[in-house]
Amino acid sequence: MSEDRHIAFICSKGDLDMAYPALVMGWAALGNGIDVTIFFTFWGMDIINKKRQAHLELSPITKTSMKMSMMGLPTGNLGIPNILSIIPGMTAFTSWFMKKKIKDVGAPPVGEYLEMLIDGGAKLYACKMSVDMFGLSMDDFVDGVEAIVTAGDFMDMTDGAQIIFI
Amino acid sequence: MSALETIERNEEGFLVHPADWTKELAVEIAQEEGLDELSEAHWKVIEFARANAESSGASPTLRQITNGAGVPTKELFKLFPKGPAKKVAKISGLGKPEGCV
Repeated sequence: MSEDRHIAFICSKGDLDMAYPALVMGWAALGNGIDVTIFFTFWGMDIINKKRQAHLELSPITKTSMKMSMMGLPTGNLGIPNILSIIPGMTAFTSWFMKKKIKDVGAPPVGEYLEMLIDGGAKLYACKMSVDMFGLSMDDFVDGVEAIVTAGDFMDMTDGAQIIFI
Repeated sequence: MSALETIERNEEGFLVHPADWTKELAVEIAQEEGLDELSEAHWKVIEFARANAESSGASPTLRQITNGAGVPTKELFKLFPKGPAKKVAKISGLGKPEGCV
């Protein structure tokens, strides 16, 4: 492994299942001595938003890989019918279910995971254009977010890094 | 001649046989990893990792170390900078941590 390897994640999604890839890989990178930068943009800003972070959800709609058999039903490859996804409470149910699955493998909730990354030295930034669009400021973000930066700033700070878009 | 030279290690420098491990070896491996001295806080982590591996059969993950040994994440990264997961395992004479968290 090269001594100065640097990996950067762009988190653009706020769904519960899309918050974890950067957390898992970022944590693994830090554990292996790789510098980590995470840029939160658009819906991905929910991951660092104080009011939203603990409430990330997973809707069953369009999740074609989410089969009813995952919930222990003998239904083989049958998915959750999209028509059921519009029932009030379905998103809450699938979110609860996914959080349980995540807990079962020993992974912490999003907020705690992110704190581990910050404590491990990951550098976190919010996207300027998204912040302006949603009317947010640094006060909306959890401690540990370094700054609100432009896309150009992000390019400068990830010179030579490997970039993963999520 | 250092004790480490006679010990079988894999290409990444992990001990092939965890039973070969001694405190003296740990000190030598730590020096290779850029840690000149192992403090009491380092030993607390190393001893936890060894005990954990003995009972579970697997090298502990960082989260198992922070939770189990009661060492905060920040301190763990300070004690074993630039890659604590591999460094702790290597110095403790264990294989790579099994698990992602």
